[in-house]
Amino acid sequence: MTLSEPEATQFPARLPGEPFPPRQYADFRERPGLIRSTLPTGGPVWLVSRYEDVRTVLTDRRISSNPAREGFPNVARTGGVPTQDQIPGWFVGIDPPEHDRFRKALIPEFTVRRIRQWRPLIQETVDRCVDHLLSLGDSADLVAEFALPVPSLVISTMLGVPFVDREFFESRTKTLVSLKTTTEDERGVAVQELLRYIGRLIKVKQKRAGDDLISRLLESAVLSPEELTGVIMLLLIAGHETTANNIALGVVTLLSNPQWIGDDRAVDELLRYHSVADLVALRVAVEDMEIGGQVVRAGEGIIPLIAGANHDLNSFDRPDEFDPGRAARHHVAFGYGVHQCLGQNLVRAEMEIVYRTLFRRVPTLAVDADVTALPFKYDGTLFGLHELPVRW
Amino acid sequence: MRIHVDRSRCVGAGQCALTAPALFDQGEEDGLVEVLDAEPDDTQAAAAAMAARVCPSGTITVSR
Ligand code: HEM
Ligand code: SF4
Repeated sequence: MTLSEPEATQFPARLPGEPFPPRQYADFRERPGLIRSTLPTGGPVWLVSRYEDVRTVLTDRRISSNPAREGFPNVARTGGVPTQDQIPGWFVGIDPPEHDRFRKALIPEFTVRRIRQWRPLIQETVDRCVDHLLSLGDSADLVAEFALPVPSLVISTMLGVPFVDREFFESRTKTLVSLKTTTEDERGVAVQELLRYIGRLIKVKQKRAGDDLISRLLESAVLSPEELTGVIMLLLIAGHETTANNIALGVVTLLSNPQWIGDDRAVDELLRYHSVADLVALRVAVEDMEIGGQVVRAGEGIIPLIAGANHDLNSFDRPDEFDPGRAARHHVAFGYGVHQCLGQNLVRAEMEIVYRTLFRRVPTLAVDADVTALPFKYDGTLFGLHELPVRW
Repeated sequence: MRIHVDRSRCVGAGQCALTAPALFDQGEEDGLVEVLDAEPDDTQAAAAAMAARVCPSGTITVSR
């Protein structure tokens, strides 16, 4: 079945006071074909909201992730996915077969087993972050003081960033994600500073290898030092705000559902339930094709809505309920296909350790605000919280 | 039941090793899928089917 061009629907917005995901998604899934919409940055785009259609889009080789292609959808007003000219090695924007070289070089560092070996170090880092939180008295902003530092400190340990530089690293990555309190210029400067720092770090590791990811990637010599710089930058950025948002939202959801505190099954359900990376997987059609009963032309942008797929009634019972007991591993919170999140096993380890440690060491932890009035990120590419006031 | 994998498709996400650790592992060197038991008994049928379903790259097929 093919359909004629439908009328444009307003780009879905998360509205203050509305539960996540946008209520409109349920209506989108009911409509035949795909949803024609207009990007916040202008220009038309197709929105894909059903689980099976989202998985189809993310595995179809006639659909590209390359941001340099005409029609690639730019969701963010600033930044967006960098092209290979801007940051070589940013391989989430590279299509197969070229993508394989990057992915294969990195896979050994992120296997289930390799991440298990990192667990003691993740535990140590999380413990230090809880120490810091407790040192602040009896209340704090959990986002700034805990959720953002944890993933940044963990990845800098894995990369082999010297201890003395971790604060620099943490402050620059925080600048990049603090859209509310920083200007575009400040963020541009932070990117350049980080790229320069990573370049220098690579030179240090070339002279003196350590037991870390950068040293091993240099040794395998599959990637050039320039590509490696972009790869490291991608690891830093892709894993920072995503993980931090999940940590903070997860604390709110677990405090409202305390019977699930201490159950590791909560982690995958939190990933599905919040689907923070709803607007992250951006694509463009390379050929004319049909998707979900809709004709899509070459050069048209496509956004598979991750939260749409993860709340599809046809793939999850009572999708809008938080129920870790469903043990649903088939969610697409990490995407699907060849670009499926490289860091997913690291994320699971971090979230498991964070919740176990935080609720054990701070048993009186509570949200210090009206939950519905919290500053949710209604306007960002990622869903999350700007701030989370807590007390204990 | 027989499990087949096409290693050339594997993207090393490790969902198989996580979902069905009795059936799959990831190679120490390359991180790609390794089948631990290619002809498991029927008690493993659900785990094998779930691994095939969650694999993001269509690497795993299960046949009777
Ligand atoms: C809860 C936290 C996270 C979520 C929800 C998340 C989500 C995602 C999603 C949806 C994609 C697919 C993008 C696409 O198809 O275009 C992706 C890719 C990726 N993620 Fe994550 N991510 C998280 C954390 C991390 C961490 C901690 C790291 C690394 C340290 C990481 C590294 C990457 C990389 C390198 C890619 C690109 C993979 C490729 O192109 O082959 N992510 N992530
Ligand atoms: S789930 Fe699929 S892609 Fe991931 S390691 Fe297993 S076989 Fe490879």
